[in-house]
Amino acid sequence: MTRTAPPSGRAEESTTAAALHVGTSDIRALITRNLRQSGIYVAFVVIVALFAILTGGVSLSPVNVTNIVLQYSYILVLAIGMVIVIIAGHIDLSVGSVVALTGAISAVLVIGQGLPWWLGVLAALAVGLAVGAWHGFWVAYVGIPAFIVTLAGMLLFRGLTLRVLDNISLSPFPAEYQQIASGFLNGLFGGDGYDVFTLVIGAVGVAGYAVNGFRTRVARITYHQPVESFPLFVARVVLVGAVVMYFAWQLANARGLPVVLIVLGVLVLVYGVVTRRSVFGRQVYAIGGNLAAATLSGVKVRAVNFWIFVNMGLLSGIAGVIYSSRSNGAQPAAGNMFELDAIAAAFIGGAAVTGGVGTVVGAMAGGLIMAVMSNGMQLMGVDQSVQSMVKGFVLLLAVTFDLYNKRRAGAAR
Amino acid sequence: MPEPVVAMRGIEIGFPGVKALDGVDFRLLPGEVHALMGENGAGKSTLIKALTGVYGLDGGTVTVRGEPAVFSGPAAAQAAGIATVYQEVNLCPNLSVAENILLGREPRRPVWQGGRIDRRGVRRRAGELLARLRLDVDPDSALGEHPLAVQQLVAIARAVDLEADVLILDEPTSSLDATEVAELFRIVRGLRADGVAVLFVSHFIDQVYEIADRVTILRNGRLVGEHLVAELPRLDMVAKMVGHELAVLADLDREPAAEVAGDPTVTPVLAARGIGRGGAIEPADLDVRPGEVVGLAGLLGSGRTELVRLLFGADRPDAGSLQVRGRPVRLRGPHAAVAEGIAFCSEDRKGEGVVGDLTVRDNIVLALQARRGWARRIPRRTADELVARWISALDIRPADPDALLRNLSGGNQQKCLLARWLITEPRLLILDEPTRGIDVGAKAQIQQLVAELAGDGLGVVFVSAELEEVVRLSDRVAVLRDRRKVGELPRADASVGRVMELIASGGGHLA
Repeated sequence: MTRTAPPSGRAEESTTAAALHVGTSDIRALITRNLRQSGIYVAFVVIVALFAILTGGVSLSPVNVTNIVLQYSYILVLAIGMVIVIIAGHIDLSVGSVVALTGAISAVLVIGQGLPWWLGVLAALAVGLAVGAWHGFWVAYVGIPAFIVTLAGMLLFRGLTLRVLDNISLSPFPAEYQQIASGFLNGLFGGDGYDVFTLVIGAVGVAGYAVNGFRTRVARITYHQPVESFPLFVARVVLVGAVVMYFAWQLANARGLPVVLIVLGVLVLVYGVVTRRSVFGRQVYAIGGNLAAATLSGVKVRAVNFWIFVNMGLLSGIAGVIYSSRSNGAQPAAGNMFELDAIAAAFIGGAAVTGGVGTVVGAMAGGLIMAVMSNGMQLMGVDQSVQSMVKGFVLLLAVTFDLYNKRRAGAAR
Repeated sequence: MPEPVVAMRGIEIGFPGVKALDGVDFRLLPGEVHALMGENGAGKSTLIKALTGVYGLDGGTVTVRGEPAVFSGPAAAQAAGIATVYQEVNLCPNLSVAENILLGREPRRPVWQGGRIDRRGVRRRAGELLARLRLDVDPDSALGEHPLAVQQLVAIARAVDLEADVLILDEPTSSLDATEVAELFRIVRGLRADGVAVLFVSHFIDQVYEIADRVTILRNGRLVGEHLVAELPRLDMVAKMVGHELAVLADLDREPAAEVAGDPTVTPVLAARGIGRGGAIEPADLDVRPGEVVGLAGLLGSGRTELVRLLFGADRPDAGSLQVRGRPVRLRGPHAAVAEGIAFCSEDRKGEGVVGDLTVRDNIVLALQARRGWARRIPRRTADELVARWISALDIRPADPDALLRNLSGGNQQKCLLARWLITEPRLLILDEPTRGIDVGAKAQIQQLVAELAGDGLGVVFVSAELEEVVRLSDRVAVLRDRRKVGELPRADASVGRVMELIASGGGHLA
């Protein structure tokens, strides 16, 4: 029998009580069921552990953890937009050029013209939006495949970058602008040698994770869906909490909370909600999953596609600001190949090549896997050529794994 | 009794949480047409996939021609003479008919001549095969130019060339009209006379009685029985398929909406005047009044789907006009139609309906949410309530709003798509082949639902290839032939015979 009415208050109480008792402890079954989602996190932990051992613990040192965040933040920002583009069944090859262009515009205004730093930021974001609208127009309203449109954009905006910069680098930015990528919030709540604020933020994050997890669990039980047993649930929360708090502790012991990490965290939260809960986000999944069905259901496919690219442009602008701030200037060749790192992050994070599947959090994990690998190999002094090859293999393996899972799921029907 | 060419004993296959097959026995004799019957989820497809090696067995044995056989996949089964033609045509529409028939085993020039494909040889061999099946198709034409039915026959020609002595036809008739089915059966009979064992899966009971010698019936993954078709009365067969739920099959007696049917004083919820599109459907008129079921009858390719797509704005008409509740409208696309309270359930469930990677909930609210726009999100609680109500009202199984739609059976997917539209509380519901390829029980439920909805004042356009179904449900039947509306029959005059007469009248190509 089905519930025809939503659970009443009483029923909710009882399911909350049930949430403490029901569920399976069969870890193997749980892992199998969630392999597609959990596989990526397992891989992440394994890779982190591997490089911690290979580098004799250096890769997990406070300074290095901070470094990884600073060094790869802009790729992660791009990956957020990219995974949305990929879920909808498109691709964006232009983001590297757009990062260069937006950074260049900002540099010309702030360094060249001596305008205030925030004007440079706004201009970069505006240019990002305009570029996104340009791509969105061609993809959504003219109907040119995104591959072609953004390939053209890649050339177009690289050329525009060269023109704007007159083929030379601009440097340095004023101190405020540099703070965006290399600033820290430290000592806000005091602390002796470690930053309490960072720890508080970490704790808030863990608490949010636990509450959210418990609510999901209650909801699943309401609909009689399989859940893990309560001790296992607690173990999972404790494990994730420990990892997050360890990470926060490392940051707190280094220089505090990087500004970039706050920006990134806010973006991940916002886009996590947008993709999972907002109408726009669900329509992105519907379009990527079955374009004809979405169209016939009255989804305004063109509008959705247009805004997907506008959004990608905005995030490219943000990445452009972060990158120019970090490199303290604008170079004609900035952002080269960033698009490939962002695309790789999305695919390693479980996005499906055919569209319709993928998550922002997954893309973040995918991006971090790449980041930890690159960083670890740099620490070990591995040659650039080997680094590139290893990354290539990891991407191939990730997509193979994804396909293997999908076939298995398909066969089970 | 001759030795069975295929014998399966005690077959067991389990999926996570489900026992798909539980100790099923099955045998196939040479020179027989053996029907495999059962509702959706009974295990028909699973049994076929167990035989052809798509699934590994959890228990039981398969013997082919007396030898134990374990196939690693369809290719291995095919090499052993077991050919399968699936419901969906699995060919390349961009290649020619001849290339499709011989794909992967094209005649080659000798190696010393370069080993190239012998194009003339391909054409000749394909021509022979088509001639054997007496199919009048140009081997050089692109496959995609032909109607689905011809593509299906080409798929059979391809399978036959594999010199198979077992031919599995998995719902081959679900998209064919009567003439094409007759054509298919002629070919099947020819193969049977040649000693080929044909395994025939179908939902159409009439067809089973027409073509099959023997029938195996499955229910919920278990064997119900094996019978000679001639010795099994129809009602018994149906009873064995559905178990005790026979009541739902009682004839639908719905009160005709006589007072509005054809009454010019009632404002139609939708009125089309001379609406048409070059190459798809000649200009046609159609009125649908509240509480009325208007059936569209016609053969495959008669323009049924083309017409309803124009009514929904899925394609742009190049002639004619539409009025919604007396107000002229121009539909700029499906979203405009949805905003006008029109709902359209496409015939192509998989291609145009199901979003497999989304949950049942997301699928059901898709159209309603699209109409409300981005800013007015349906609150989670309301959505849960609505979805739970429709899951229970339509008896969708499993009753889990978070299940991925891809994991539901065909009949349940169809119910979800119906729910997607009913949740929008439309004034006009266009159903294009809503009962195709789903089991008897779900079919009866859907027919019942249509009758009830019309009783509640909804206008319904009902398209189906099954004339009986159209005639029984409709207040009026509009008949299409050759992309043209050729007539309209009020309920009193509508019978399968009359509809066929209208379709046949002047239809020279049918003779």
